[in-house]
Amino acid sequence: MDLSTFFIQTLNAVQYGLLLFLVAAGLTLIFGIMGVINLAHGSFYMMGSYLAFAISPVVSESFGGGLISTLIIGVLIAIVIGYILEWLFYSYLYERDHLQQVLMTYGLILVIEEIRSILVGDDVHGVPIPQWLSASIQLSDVMTYPVYRLFISGVCILLAIAMFLILSKTKLGMMIRAGSVNREMIQSLGVNIKFLYRIVFAMGIAIAALAGMVAAPVSSVYPGMGQGVLIICFVIVVIGGIGSIKGAFIASLLIGFIDTFGKVLLPEVAGVLVYIFMAMILLWKPSGLFKAGS
Amino acid sequence: MKQIKLSLIALTISVASGSVFAQSQPPLKVGMMLPYSGTFAALGNAIDNGFQLYVKEQGGKLAGREITYIKVDDESEPSKATDNINKLIKRDNVDVVIGTVHSGVAMAMAKVAKESGTTLIIPNAGADAITGPMCAKNIFRSSFTNGQPGIAMGEVAAKKGYKTAMTVTWKYAAGEESVKGFKEGFEKGGGKVTKELTLPFPGVEFQALLTEVAAAKPDVVYSFFAGGGAVKFVKDYAAAGLNKTIPLVGPGFLTDGTLEAQGEAAQGMLTALHYGDNLNIKRDNDFRLAYAKQYKLQPDVYAVQGYDAAQMLAVGLNATKGDISKKDEFAKAVRVAKIDSPRGVFTISRAHNPVQDFYLRQVVGKENKIIGVASKSLSDPARGCNMQ
Amino acid sequence: MKKSQIIFLTFLMLGLIALPFLGSEYAIDWMTKTMIYGIFALSLELLVGTTGLVCFGQAAFFGIGAYAVVKLSADIDNPQVMYLLPISILLAGVYALFVGALSLRTKGVYFIMVTLAFAQMAYYVIHDTPIGGGTDGIYLYNKPAFFNIPISSSFEFYIFTLICLLLVFGVLGLITHSRFGRALSGIRINELRMRAIGFETYNYKLAAFVISGMIAGLSGYLFAVKDGFVNPELLSWHLSGAVLIMIILGGLGHLRGAFIGAFAFALLEEFFRSEVIFGAYSKYWHLGLGLTIILCVAFLPRGLFGIPALLQNKLIGSKKDSQVLQNEEGL
Repeated sequence: MDLSTFFIQTLNAVQYGLLLFLVAAGLTLIFGIMGVINLAHGSFYMMGSYLAFAISPVVSESFGGGLISTLIIGVLIAIVIGYILEWLFYSYLYERDHLQQVLMTYGLILVIEEIRSILVGDDVHGVPIPQWLSASIQLSDVMTYPVYRLFISGVCILLAIAMFLILSKTKLGMMIRAGSVNREMIQSLGVNIKFLYRIVFAMGIAIAALAGMVAAPVSSVYPGMGQGVLIICFVIVVIGGIGSIKGAFIASLLIGFIDTFGKVLLPEVAGVLVYIFMAMILLWKPSGLFKAGS
Repeated sequence: MKQIKLSLIALTISVASGSVFAQSQPPLKVGMMLPYSGTFAALGNAIDNGFQLYVKEQGGKLAGREITYIKVDDESEPSKATDNINKLIKRDNVDVVIGTVHSGVAMAMAKVAKESGTTLIIPNAGADAITGPMCAKNIFRSSFTNGQPGIAMGEVAAKKGYKTAMTVTWKYAAGEESVKGFKEGFEKGGGKVTKELTLPFPGVEFQALLTEVAAAKPDVVYSFFAGGGAVKFVKDYAAAGLNKTIPLVGPGFLTDGTLEAQGEAAQGMLTALHYGDNLNIKRDNDFRLAYAKQYKLQPDVYAVQGYDAAQMLAVGLNATKGDISKKDEFAKAVRVAKIDSPRGVFTISRAHNPVQDFYLRQVVGKENKIIGVASKSLSDPARGCNMQ
Repeated sequence: MKKSQIIFLTFLMLGLIALPFLGSEYAIDWMTKTMIYGIFALSLELLVGTTGLVCFGQAAFFGIGAYAVVKLSADIDNPQVMYLLPISILLAGVYALFVGALSLRTKGVYFIMVTLAFAQMAYYVIHDTPIGGGTDGIYLYNKPAFFNIPISSSFEFYIFTLICLLLVFGVLGLITHSRFGRALSGIRINELRMRAIGFETYNYKLAAFVISGMIAGLSGYLFAVKDGFVNPELLSWHLSGAVLIMIILGGLGHLRGAFIGAFAFALLEEFFRSEVIFGAYSKYWHLGLGLTIILCVAFLPRGLFGIPALLQNKLIGSKKDSQVLQNEEGL
């Protein structure tokens, strides 16, 4: 593999890893802070994509907005949905054991998929890339790299930085980090746990939905798109350490590389590589790479 | 008064008994096992529409038997396929089964149908095995084998002077067989397939593979994808700038039903299929008009395949005067039939697969315009089938 | 054995034996499939209900048993049950040994995830590599026979499956009542205490894991032979999830519960898919199933099995409740 191909593949790996990070970050927060295994997390990624598909024509017709407005409105809608879901459904899961959480969120996946089928149907949809992002950069004499993919990576990095700043520099972040380490303690210290949970949940969902929205133009919008993302994200969370954002970040990038280069160098075992990697990490560090709250 | 009443009763009785006698045979139960939900739902619905359109045109009856439908959604799930078709055959006691789109599901269906002897007409799934080792006198196909469009496209590509090619597809039977067909046609014409890239079904992360194509710089790229995968691949290919220097070709599934979503990215692409958008033969024009009037939609290759499945059923039923249990006569009649299809006239091979023309089409605007014939009267090799 | 257990088993046996003589071929096939799922659920019950290990990858062993018989009988003209069945079970057991040895080093939610990951690994090996034959699946051309007795018609296969089901019930019943089984229950209730008493809990857990994997492999073998067709979805996590739902639906901690759960799950699917009841909405049957799962897990913590106790509780009173929780194990 020559240098320019290697460089391009690296870009691919980073972009894929960063996108996974957005989804995995929400998952690890929900997992770490509230102790809830949320199998339905992939469905929120899907929800984001369908939101992008559904509201982008409305946005452009009603006030001529483009991608950015679509994203903002989409995120707001996702936050509202996340808030309602937490209140209606997830708040009942905190006290239950993991098996029940797994099964109830599995049931939720089925429900969400069917509701989507009823509301939007089962066709595959495309979301157009906005004009100002549709150029491509010439990287070699034959291949160009789409600017939009760089945009995706950019958005992910921005969000990662924002998350890092919120978690380490703000009071809310401090509460979140403390809560992921010891829930009862912060409750007894007077923090309004219900409100905190709701915020974290809504944020987690919103980030996953944002990932779906941003990825929609390049990945198409189709039924079942959440399932593939879900399992990989669980692997990332487990490798990185439940409740650790830093762990999720590093694990996402690692998985992005293993998957991308695996597909190119060893296509037949590419699918298995990720799981072998996870098994190896867990044997070395049974609780993942990093501790909760980091 | 009494006389009028008596004669009225007599009249009623005779009319009633007359209609009982007129209905010499019970309705024919047709089991439609198609994807009515999921990624292939649009295809399933198109096939259903096409089939029912033909029956409607015949007044709702084939060979004097009224057609009743029992539908099962196969969800394109091979794991549920055996259960679903067993439901139709053993619980609902259908006489004929029509289905399906997904090859894996169709393979399970073919096995059950072969064992039970129920007549099965496949309106899409192109798995070679079905008209290969699994062929049977009660199994028919109104569509194609996976290799056929590939062979046609391969011949065209070789004729165009391309020397090297790479292939990209999903790693499943339909993809592998399509690529094998292309390789056969292309290498027979003097070309060479340098590398065959695959990714697991139904993955859509193509970036890594596109990078490889860019590095290897073949003369042409042949790829097979369908549905959502087709949309994404064509778009990604264009987004990587590859379509400017390395032409992308494939079977028609790459651009059928997906042009709306693919937009600019698909313009100018060449594909090979047994159908296209401006065929301009009377049969097709009538068909398109009737279909649009009935369903307020434009028909596609899937609708045609469903329509022709009904035609094949009619041919067999007419020959056996509506008796579906006469499998040998049914098969013999279909075997020698010339089906007047909207795609053109086609005949049936010994493995019960269509022998048909494959058209060369080019994407212009939102249509797959036919610009020539890629391969005339292409049959399928039917390897492994020991029927005569 | 307790009276309720005897009554249940008697009715079950009578019903199952009578069915093939009274029912249509479709009903026989349906019941065969349900019995196969019952065996599958029983295998998981040993792991989750008795030992307290939540395994989210049981489908891997099911699938390995299924693929084993298909690939091994591929070129043989007269395949024999006598060696195909034990080999399929053994192969599933070997993979269970491998997965168990590594996964049991983790605990809690990590254990759940690791078992899922190993099942995914098996899934991708079957799905992507030439071993498995790809995503469309492969055919089983010849059904294995028992020496000279063919086991291929619906009726014959039903009897064969019924025998397997009863054997599995019997074996698991013996296990749960043995010292080994009591130790497993002890591990579920308080593993630390068991270790303090001197039990090598890791070995016990591993043994349970392997036995459970082998039984799952048996159900996979039966599934493959019944349909004559296998595909990678037999190893998917959806199936692992479905079998977990079956045992929770039926009621954890009881072998009967596993079978009831499999039966109820199959019935639920038929119910929600029936056009007679739901008309046009029957194509959205996943919705009904999902809601039922949620409601069931939320409000029926002891599954269908616990309904009589629940009703008794509501009507009469909760005096016996704590006793019921601790004593009602085993069959």
